[in-house]
Amino acid sequence: MALIELVDISKSFDGELVLDEFNLKIKENEFITLLGPSGCGKTTTLRILGGFETPDTGKVLFQGEDITNLAPNKRPLNTVFQKYALFPHMNIAENIAFGLKISGKSKEYINDKIKYALKLVNLSGFEKRSVDSLSGGQQQRIAIARAIVNEPRVLLLDEPLGALDLKLRQEMQYELIRLKNELGITFLYVTHDQEEALTMSDKVVVMNQGYIQQMGTPEEIYNEPENAFVADFIGDSNIIDGVMLEDRVVKICGSVFPCIDEGFGRNKPVDVVIRPEDIIIGKPGQGIMDGVVTSNVFIGVHYEMCIEAGGFEWLAQNTTSYPVGTRVSIGVTPENIQIMHKPQSEDEEAISLDD
Amino acid sequence: MMKKSGRARAAAVGKGLYLALILIFLYLPIFTLMVLSFNEGKTMSRWTGFSLRWYEEMFASRTIMDALGNTLTIAFWAATIATIVGLLACIGMNAMKDRSRLVLMGINNIPLLNADIVTGISIMMTFIVCGISLNYGTVLFSHITFCIPYVILSVMPKFKQLESHTYEAALDLGASPLYAFFKVVMPDIMPGVMSGFLLSFTMSVDDFVITHFTRGAGINTLSTLIYSQVKVGIRPTLYALSTVIFVLVLVILIVVNILSNRKEGEK
Repeated sequence: MALIELVDISKSFDGELVLDEFNLKIKENEFITLLGPSGCGKTTTLRILGGFETPDTGKVLFQGEDITNLAPNKRPLNTVFQKYALFPHMNIAENIAFGLKISGKSKEYINDKIKYALKLVNLSGFEKRSVDSLSGGQQQRIAIARAIVNEPRVLLLDEPLGALDLKLRQEMQYELIRLKNELGITFLYVTHDQEEALTMSDKVVVMNQGYIQQMGTPEEIYNEPENAFVADFIGDSNIIDGVMLEDRVVKICGSVFPCIDEGFGRNKPVDVVIRPEDIIIGKPGQGIMDGVVTSNVFIGVHYEMCIEAGGFEWLAQNTTSYPVGTRVSIGVTPENIQIMHKPQSEDEEAISLDD
Repeated sequence: MMKKSGRARAAAVGKGLYLALILIFLYLPIFTLMVLSFNEGKTMSRWTGFSLRWYEEMFASRTIMDALGNTLTIAFWAATIATIVGLLACIGMNAMKDRSRLVLMGINNIPLLNADIVTGISIMMTFIVCGISLNYGTVLFSHITFCIPYVILSVMPKFKQLESHTYEAALDLGASPLYAFFKVVMPDIMPGVMSGFLLSFTMSVDDFVITHFTRGAGINTLSTLIYSQVKVGIRPTLYALSTVIFVLVLVILIVVNILSNRKEGEK
């Protein structure tokens, strides 16, 4: 049975629909991430779970029990807020002890817990420090410590790494995965950073404009995006109009590519996704199409090039550099071509257009 | 070189002179008053010897002591009640939508800009129309009324600066709304609440016009007492009283400053 279930949740602010009949099941001990651009309803979902917003319609179930109207302080879950929300006039130990004192735990228990939590977030000995004296990353770890000492069934995290610099963010990502494995708590994580979502999650829920666009493991989301929005939002990709000539054959930009998708019918227009790292660059005539390199940027591990071929500007990544102006060929192995249905209605189109 | 330093010295002397002049204008009147309060004779124009006679007379005088008592109790209760009401108003306004909050802030600011005499007369008229006789209670009530906007004005910005989501974080950790407010929100807005209280207190002590219209017969605060004595000629006891008040305020100010500096130093 699902630990938490959101059933047909709708919520609007000032007449603007943020969530539209939203449904989600969260299993025990899962690291699930809500991923989407700002304004997609992911934070609202989190706030409804935490009890800070009441949905207009729909129900929140916790182990089958309706908690839709339960006050936030009565819910068996804790939140790590975007801007840490530590109490500035209390020291670190007092911050961490806040929840434990309310639940009436003994002094020894609280002290043990503080020690344990600080050790868990690698900040042992920080008990007497003031909030102001800590860096952003340290404050964030204290916010996590403050939440987990209460042993919640579910930890809600609202873009907790958003304010940190890249290096620290990456460190914290591994730390969060370690914490999750050590504690065995269900994590519900909200972010707009696709890399974060792919690195940490067991399950990713891609959201846009109040709808779930796709739900699956990070691999599924990355390798088999269900629509153009997901393909565009997760990583870089070439999204091209194509025509499915028959099973396993797709025509893109006037050239015929073999692929492995079936069941789209004959001569059906489709969207085709090809990841830039999957494009094979060769000598002219060796691939499927010929083209000219129009730009070339070194971005660390590899070169990112634009190749004009068949009237489309292809984004390609390769560890070999091809100077601007070089004539090259491009090719793709059949299993790296991802075919998607074209949106059927305008309504469906609307949800996939916005970035 | 010599010439330049000469000009610089002249500039320094000029600056010092200017500052001295300003300070003299500010404090000479108060200094005069303090000196005269120790004058033996009743005259203002001649120094006839040092004495504490006017201080003795002041502490012995029922009217002065009553007026002082009224002033302090009215100021204390007006400031206390206005602070509580203003704080509650801020909590409510903070939870409102931006638009309604802006409208209410505008309404709050009108009494601040309104002339005291208009406020005073209108409050008096209202009491009379409602058939309430003027006494200690009506003065206190009108003081509370004009203090509330000052409290709101000094507390509201603190709500705006409030560390975002600390209240929600407290609820999230299991605190009841009341516990979360007193444990988490109150410490953060305390400076605003304190300054609202002190501002109200001084506004109340200071007020003459509104008190004058709402006090009725028999009740005097210091300001109305001094005003009524001006008509029959001021006795030096009032110099003594003014000196005592000035020194008291000065001491309080110094203590408050030292305390807040020490607090800041700790941080």
